[in-house]
Amino acid sequence: MAEFSLPKNSKIQPGKHHPAKDAKKPRTFRIYRWSPDDGQNPRIDTYEVDLAACGPMVLDALLKIKNEIDPTLTLRRSCREGICGSCAMNIDGTNTLACTKAIGECSSGDVKIYPLPHMPVVKDLVPDLTHFYAQFASIKPWIRTQSPAPDRERLQSPEERKKLDGLYECILCACCTTSCPSYWWNGDKYLGPAILLQAYRWIVDSRDEATGERLDDLEDPFKLYRCHTIMNCTRTCPKGLNPAKAIAEIKKLMVERRSA
Amino acid sequence: MSAKDVVVKDRRNPLKTARGLGSSQSGVGHWWTQRVTAAALVLLGVWFVLTVLGLLHADYAAARAAVAKPWNALLLIAFVLTMFWHAVLGLQVVIEDYVHTRWKEVVLLVAIKFLAVLGALAGVLAVLRIALTP
Repeated sequence: MAEFSLPKNSKIQPGKHHPAKDAKKPRTFRIYRWSPDDGQNPRIDTYEVDLAACGPMVLDALLKIKNEIDPTLTLRRSCREGICGSCAMNIDGTNTLACTKAIGECSSGDVKIYPLPHMPVVKDLVPDLTHFYAQFASIKPWIRTQSPAPDRERLQSPEERKKLDGLYECILCACCTTSCPSYWWNGDKYLGPAILLQAYRWIVDSRDEATGERLDDLEDPFKLYRCHTIMNCTRTCPKGLNPAKAIAEIKKLMVERRSA
Repeated sequence: MSAKDVVVKDRRNPLKTARGLGSSQSGVGHWWTQRVTAAALVLLGVWFVLTVLGLLHADYAAARAAVAKPWNALLLIAFVLTMFWHAVLGLQVVIEDYVHTRWKEVVLLVAIKFLAVLGALAGVLAVLRIALTP
C-alpha cells in the first residue's frame, strides 16, 4: 500500500539553533538537514538571518547562511536567475526556485525550507534526480525524422513555432513532478508532469516526424494515465507554465487517433 | 552503516529502470470509456432522480407499475449497467494508484470486476422480474 507515514530513519528531529547577534531585521529560517555520513535522522536547523544585510531572495539568505553561519549547509545553485533549475526546493510549503522566490513573498513567521518532496535525499536540500533524468531520456527528447536531412535548417512557420511557446521554457527543475501526489505514489512508472510536458513539446514540433511513435510510447495506464488532473503541477511551476494542459493535449491526441 | 558500505544490488543503468517493461499500448480505451459512461450517467442520473421524485408518497403497487413501464424498465437497466461499468473503471484507478503489492493488486482488480458483474446482473434481474411479471 501507499505509505502515509515516514520510515523510522526519516522521522525529523529538532536541530541546532543559530541566533543572530545585533540583527536589525532578523528573520528565522527553518531548514531541513540530513547527512548520509553520520547515521543520524534528519533534523530541522534554525538560522536567524539579518535581512538588513542580505539580498532579497531566499537563495541570498541560504548563501548568506552557508558563507557566514554554517558552511556545512548543502544545496545546489548555479545561475541565480531562474534559468538553470538547480535551486528547486520546497520553500514556505511550495516547490519553487530559491533564486526567484523573494523572502518577502513567504508567509509571515519562520521561512521553512525542505528539499523537493518524496525524492531520495543526497544531502540537506539536494535531492537525487537520477530517475527523473532517466525518465526524461526515455522519451527521446530530440528531433526524430525519417526524411533525409536538408542542406539547410529545417524551417518552421511563425504559427508552427508559436505552438512551442509555453513548452520550450521548461527548465526541468522538477518542481511540478515532485509536487504531484500521483508521482509520489507511482513515480517509478508514471512519467510525471515535467517529462510529459517535454514529450508534448516534441509531439507538437512541426519538424519532428515521430509523432505516432511518441504517442505509442506514452499510451500506458501508468506512464501517462496516472495523471488525475490534480493541477499541483500548474500551480507550483516557477516559470508559470501549464504542464496539466500539455498532458490534457496528449490525452486528446490519444483519443483523436482511435475510433470513438 | 554509511551509504558507502551499502552493497549495490541494482547495477542497471537508470534508463533501463525508467523504460521498464515499455508501454502497454492501452489506457486510452479505459480513459475514454470512463468519460463516456460519466456523460451517460449525468443524463441517466437526472432521469432517475426525477423518476424517484415522481414516486414520492406512491404505494408499493404504484411504484411497481412505474418500474414495469417499458421505457422506465429500459432506462433503469441502462442506469444500472452504466453505473456498475463506471464504478469498476473508477475503482480500478484507485487500486492501481494505491495498492503496490502486485498479487493484492491483481486479486482486487479481478474481484471488483466479478462483484460489478454480479451487482449489474442482480440489478437487471430485479428490474426484469418486475417488468416481465404479468
